[in-house]
Amino acid sequence: MFAQQLVNGVLLGATYALFALGFTLMFGVLRVINLTYGFYFSAGAFIALFLTRQAGFGIWAALPVAAMGAGAVAVALDWLLLSRLRRVNAPELSSLMVTLGGVLALYSAATSILGPDIRRLPPDLVASDAFVLAGLRVTTAQLLILLATAVMVGALMALMRGTRLGLAIRAMAEKPDAAGLMGIDTGRLAALVSFISGCLAGAGGVLIGLNFNAIHPYMGEAMMLRGFVVIIVGGLGDIRGALIAGLLLGVIEVFTAGYVASGLKEAVAFAILVVVLWTRPSGLFGRAVVRRA
Amino acid sequence: MIRRHFTAGLVTTGLVGFGAASLPALAQAQTVPVGAIEILSGPAAAYGIAIKGGLDLALDEINQKGVLGGKKIALTVEDSAADKNQAINAARKLIGRDKVVAIIGPTLSNEMFAVGPVTNERKIPTIGTSTTANGITDIGPYIFRTSLPEADVVPVTFKKAQARGVKTVALMYANDDAFSKSGFDVMKAAAEKLGLNILAIESFGTKDTDFAAQLTKIKGLKPDAVAISALVEPVSGVLLQARQLGFGKETLFIGGNGSNSPKLGAIAGAAADGLIVGSPWFIGKPDALNQKFVAAFKAKYGKDPDQFAAQAYDCMFILAAAIDRAGAADSEKITAALAKTSYTGVMGPFTFTDHRDPASAEGVVVLEMRDGKFGIAP
Repeated sequence: MFAQQLVNGVLLGATYALFALGFTLMFGVLRVINLTYGFYFSAGAFIALFLTRQAGFGIWAALPVAAMGAGAVAVALDWLLLSRLRRVNAPELSSLMVTLGGVLALYSAATSILGPDIRRLPPDLVASDAFVLAGLRVTTAQLLILLATAVMVGALMALMRGTRLGLAIRAMAEKPDAAGLMGIDTGRLAALVSFISGCLAGAGGVLIGLNFNAIHPYMGEAMMLRGFVVIIVGGLGDIRGALIAGLLLGVIEVFTAGYVASGLKEAVAFAILVVVLWTRPSGLFGRAVVRRA
Repeated sequence: MIRRHFTAGLVTTGLVGFGAASLPALAQAQTVPVGAIEILSGPAAAYGIAIKGGLDLALDEINQKGVLGGKKIALTVEDSAADKNQAINAARKLIGRDKVVAIIGPTLSNEMFAVGPVTNERKIPTIGTSTTANGITDIGPYIFRTSLPEADVVPVTFKKAQARGVKTVALMYANDDAFSKSGFDVMKAAAEKLGLNILAIESFGTKDTDFAAQLTKIKGLKPDAVAISALVEPVSGVLLQARQLGFGKETLFIGGNGSNSPKLGAIAGAAADGLIVGSPWFIGKPDALNQKFVAAFKAKYGKDPDQFAAQAYDCMFILAAAIDRAGAADSEKITAALAKTSYTGVMGPFTFTDHRDPASAEGVVVLEMRDGKFGIAP
């Protein structure tokens, strides 16, 4: 049972990390607390729902299309809500308030158009039987989440550390004005970062919707609180930190529910946030001044 | 929606030439204003929409001949959106603006615990059609309910489980919702009374999607049955994940009132197969009254009624009959008349106890999920 609980924890943690990857990228580079992020997650899931239910797509076709659809939503929302604020160097609080208002409007509009019902991707989209390995049970959807998380973390780190684009993004994260002076088109780069974050959120929405069988307009909102814990504990903009913090949070939640009391699992998760902020204000792996991307 | 129609009506009539100020008085003389507070939007809207459907259908029939010698009942349905404060505001609006003589609803026990004290203080009889938590009618002498409390339904289900050989049980419930918590209390009491051995008690949040930790723990204890008290969405999530974690036919799943919804089959599909749940009503009940109701509901809405629509349908008739017996559109007289109700509806024979709860549980049927649909449990 301990081994299965550990597997449960890692799987849950992978969903948190998967959700938080794009969030931490956006947060670390664009320096805005963009609360519309949860909506990209819902948007990705709904696009996949439409593609698989109405247009007959399989999961492998639906996943990239839904991810890019969510990326496009992210670019559009970033342009609509935030590009103006960036131009006038508005304080962080303004972007927080604008995106809070924006995301509430979006969720309500989506609920009134799509309805509040919980929907599922077609049950036969991936095999629903669990694999049994030495008594441990893992489903295809869960393996997909693990795989996607690993691939995305790897790809993002390679992008950031190994390419000129990554260098530009890191430069912009460090000092947007100086990056602009060095010939980096910060406006386009911001759009690109939004697109990548949106894609990550959208892919997360599809896979997590597939795993938990619960797609509804507010699904992104439910994940946002966990997303905050992960990126704050992991350090803003720290991809490796988000992965570790996500896994840690998942395992701790599952162990609290499995061995202490299920009613306490959220209390413990959020208590960790408070303790980390007390002891390491810039995250578990964060350094005080340097902004990592 | 309803409010908008009402206003539009006022405006048009005003244009035709009536003084707007005289309208409420005029309207009141010809109709008996009744209010309802139901969840018409948000994640739990399915319940309120079903209830409104049942009320409207009953009203169509009642208003054909009217009450109190031909007066029509004018029903105003306000949306609570499952929000306690919005429900209280709705009640104040209905009492203050629409001058209703009685209120049906609200949908959830949670909301009734907020609204009940308000309407009780204003002495407006308030009848819950779907509030099944313990202690609802303790709110005060003007609070009634026509829905059988879980305390009456759940023991019937557990007896059925015991008859099938269940000796040990694990309990799961949503700990952030009064309805689910109270259902759990009833399940625990029923299990203890029948001498079942409770191996584990696990909780979760209504909006949770991951139940793997709790289910893995329960699976390790190998109970004969797992009883779940929660709304239909989380119950579906629990069942789907339980199957992934390898719960098979050897474990009997038992649902509370929240599981008694066709949505369970729609969301959980085959994962819900074998779940049993007690129900005060079932669409397949063969009596003529019930069959007539089911046919009329299908004709009007193009879909099958559920338990919530049936309860609301009966409640509207019970209230209309009480208004008639009261002899006047007077809240105090209607309250007294309600207490003396004796009515046979689609739920079966109905009377109130001295404490304004339904008096009998003889109509309870135990249902079992098969291929996404409920049938009478063998």
